[in-house]
Amino acid sequence: MIILARIAASLVVGFARAVTAVRGVWCGTAPVPGQRIYFANHNSHGDFVLVWTVLPSALRRRTRPVAGADYWLTSALKAFVGKDVFNAVLIDRNPKTRTDNPVEQMSDALKGGDSLILFPEGTRNTGPTRLLPFKSGMFHLATANPDIDIVPVWIENLNRVMPKGALVPIPLLCTVSFGAPIRLVAGEAKAEFIARAESALISLAPDKKN
Amino acid sequence: MESHFTMLLGVILAVLLTATGAAQLLKRRMGADNLTIQNLTARINAWWVMVAVIGVSFLGGTAGVVILFAICSFAALREFLTLTNTAAADYWALAAAVFVVLPLQYLAVGMGWYGFYSIFIPVYAFLLMPILSAIRGQSENFLIRVSEAQWALMIAVFCISHVPALLSLTIPGYEGKNLFLIFFLIVVVQSSDVLQYIWGKLLGRRKIAPNLSPSKTLEGLLGGILSASLLGAALFWVTPFSVLQAFALSLIITLMGFFGGLVMSAIKRDRGVKDWGHLIPGHGGFIDRLDSVIFSAPIFFHVVRFYRDLH
Repeated sequence: MIILARIAASLVVGFARAVTAVRGVWCGTAPVPGQRIYFANHNSHGDFVLVWTVLPSALRRRTRPVAGADYWLTSALKAFVGKDVFNAVLIDRNPKTRTDNPVEQMSDALKGGDSLILFPEGTRNTGPTRLLPFKSGMFHLATANPDIDIVPVWIENLNRVMPKGALVPIPLLCTVSFGAPIRLVAGEAKAEFIARAESALISLAPDKKN
Repeated sequence: MESHFTMLLGVILAVLLTATGAAQLLKRRMGADNLTIQNLTARINAWWVMVAVIGVSFLGGTAGVVILFAICSFAALREFLTLTNTAAADYWALAAAVFVVLPLQYLAVGMGWYGFYSIFIPVYAFLLMPILSAIRGQSENFLIRVSEAQWALMIAVFCISHVPALLSLTIPGYEGKNLFLIFFLIVVVQSSDVLQYIWGKLLGRRKIAPNLSPSKTLEGLLGGILSASLLGAALFWVTPFSVLQAFALSLIITLMGFFGGLVMSAIKRDRGVKDWGHLIPGHGGFIDRLDSVIFSAPIFFHVVRFYRDLH
């Protein structure tokens, strides 16, 4: 199973490269070893694959995406891909039904020494705005882990590669930009921190022409 | 034929070795931190890879060359479409362009089916793609979206496919040697690019297109095109042409190559990018390296075909 998962992971990364020739732009930080919380804009199911693809393989192996259990546990294949191939931290997005606290699940993964990729918009943004308002989980995660760098990551163009309802991806060049890390400042309120995180992320987005 | 190839390959390797040696010398003189020298070294290293890839594809004969240029078309199409205004409503048109039109075009080229590959994109794809876009009922920017998708296919697929299409020209007395036509086209056009760069660096003073491509100078253009055309004339013995014909054809394709670079620069300027991509270190994207070939290949193909009255 582990070997199969490894092979599947390489295939996914190779496929992502063939379609998008994705390039990592390390403008605010360097791809150095160390634990981090990456947070990115969310347009497509392939988002974290791109972040994963541009990470050096040593970092990639210790970086886990945070994803919705409601999506990834609906079939055996998705569960294999989500749990075994991507080693995702699967959280229940519905506060009414969940038994585990998502922030605790993420903190446990960080205690295990892994890095995380999360999408604080909470769901895929298919509208015209560049970002949806962030969920508050990121603030609670930052409060629980004040010593870990939180890195904004802007994924550009993947929404055009895989528009909603697409059967096959359209090959287009994509970039993944890593900005300067932020941390929770002592005494910072939830709204302030969230606003700061949102603007750190949106500042990485290229200006739209036309 | 094989002995010709071995000899030409030897000459190219000698040129590359000289270039690498010169770059090392410059690096020692100017220091390893000099950005121009770093870029020069990256460019020369990329040439080693490109020569190796083309050499391997030539060993594969028609199939090898067709597959190589199909891959180039795929990469170029990916770069071109990235800069277009195409919207979600063009999804089916774009999917068809990449996954149907491109493979069919190269299949026809591989089969040597001139009646198909010479009109498939300008006629069938030209009319069918806007239909696919119109069906989705989104009229915003329609003409812009459709024209840009057409341009992407013409530039990245139709024009590039005319390089391997040279293999399907049947020239009496030249059977089985058509790989040399590709060799001739690529060597003349690409060395014109390199020679324009060198002449421009050495003597360049008068800018020809300051708004589009500030590094292009009249001295670079004249020096590059004339020296590359002389090189083309010197290669006449691997072609079906006389010395004079080889020179005249070289003049045509190097001029087309120059203006191709100019046109593609205008598109980049408009879209606010410096390079089409980043996959070829020192050069940029596939279109950055192929722009001159894109504009010269179809003209070269048709001039040879017309002049030789081939059917």
